[in-house]
Amino acid sequence: MYNSGKVIIGIIIFLAVFALPIWYNRGAAVVPPKLELPKDEKQCVEATAYMKASHMEMLDTWRNSVVRDGARVYVSTTGKTYNMSLQNTCLACHKTKEKFCDRCHNYLDVAPDCWDCHIAPEVKLTGRTK
Amino acid sequence: MDSTRRDFLKIAGLTALGLGAKPAADAFAAAGGPRMTQNPQALKAKRWAMVINLKKFKESGKEALQRCVDACHKAHNVPDFGNPKDNIRWIWPVELAEALPTEENQYLHKFHEGALRDFPVLVLCNHCEKPPCVRVCPTKATFQRQDGLVLMDYHRCIGCRYCMAACPFGARSLNWRDPRPFIKELNREYPTRVRGVVEKCNFCAERLAVGKPPACVEACKNGEMAFGDLEDANSDVRKLLRDNFAIRRKPQLGTQPQVYYIV
Repeated sequence: MYNSGKVIIGIIIFLAVFALPIWYNRGAAVVPPKLELPKDEKQCVEATAYMKASHMEMLDTWRNSVVRDGARVYVSTTGKTYNMSLQNTCLACHKTKEKFCDRCHNYLDVAPDCWDCHIAPEVKLTGRTK
Repeated sequence: MDSTRRDFLKIAGLTALGLGAKPAADAFAAAGGPRMTQNPQALKAKRWAMVINLKKFKESGKEALQRCVDACHKAHNVPDFGNPKDNIRWIWPVELAEALPTEENQYLHKFHEGALRDFPVLVLCNHCEKPPCVRVCPTKATFQRQDGLVLMDYHRCIGCRYCMAACPFGARSLNWRDPRPFIKELNREYPTRVRGVVEKCNFCAERLAVGKPPACVEACKNGEMAFGDLEDANSDVRKLLRDNFAIRRKPQLGTQPQVYYIV
């Protein structure tokens, strides 16, 4: 190999810079977000584990059922009925989206665009919100 | 019968599959998982239609028109941009000649001149039985429900405005700008829209679902508007259509509008 010394040194420098984020954050524990749960309600629409893992799929089925089929009442696994509405049912318990939705979404760096149209409680009318 | 081992294995396999499928299907049916239904109070119809009585509106005066418009726009968070170029309209008053062009009805025109000319007419989405907007929508964002309502799925709208070009009644508006800062009074139970989607009257599908009549009909104090099932011979709209002479907007186009005007 021509100029092997320079090339190898170059590769080492490149790898060191490339891996910098890993070195930089080594040992620092990332604190998972702490969500503020509703005080006056113990049970969500479905079991907590299911809600944690699949709330987005559930909201998607709710959306399609309400908008396209006009079926707006959800009968949960426990037999309880709910009005399928992000704005009027979910947010009625989870009153501040900043302390519930946003904390986890920001942590995972996902930006669902629900709030471009649906009105969160206490939201100011200043256009797009994250 | 000439039966080979291959045939025997095929049949045996299918039989095993059939025997296995029955308990599995039963198990799924008995699981009693979550399901989605309609609210028992929801108003149901085979074909929703609206009747607008122009004579009664003339008696009630222009405030009655404005009351209907305000009720609708307030209920659905319709913004007011304050200029006609950007404006969003779900229901709005226009001149009679614009709402019901009468080239086909010479003598009706004379009748208009006598009785109803110079009084505005409320126009809105006609929820056509054969909606051209639905045919052209490339994403199926606008669709027709079983009960005849032509609705929008704002989640799917890409703002291409084909539907606006297809609608012969100008019933659709595009949000050229972010509508939120222009909503005067926010109804927190209904969503807003976002820049780049088309919106229009939805015959108050969200109110029908909880057993309420459309907001504009509810805002009418003297029965200037009526709403009901066109396929039910005893409904309000059928009674009105039986006893009065009613016309529709641009029926010659064959879209079968479901908003009737008593003249």
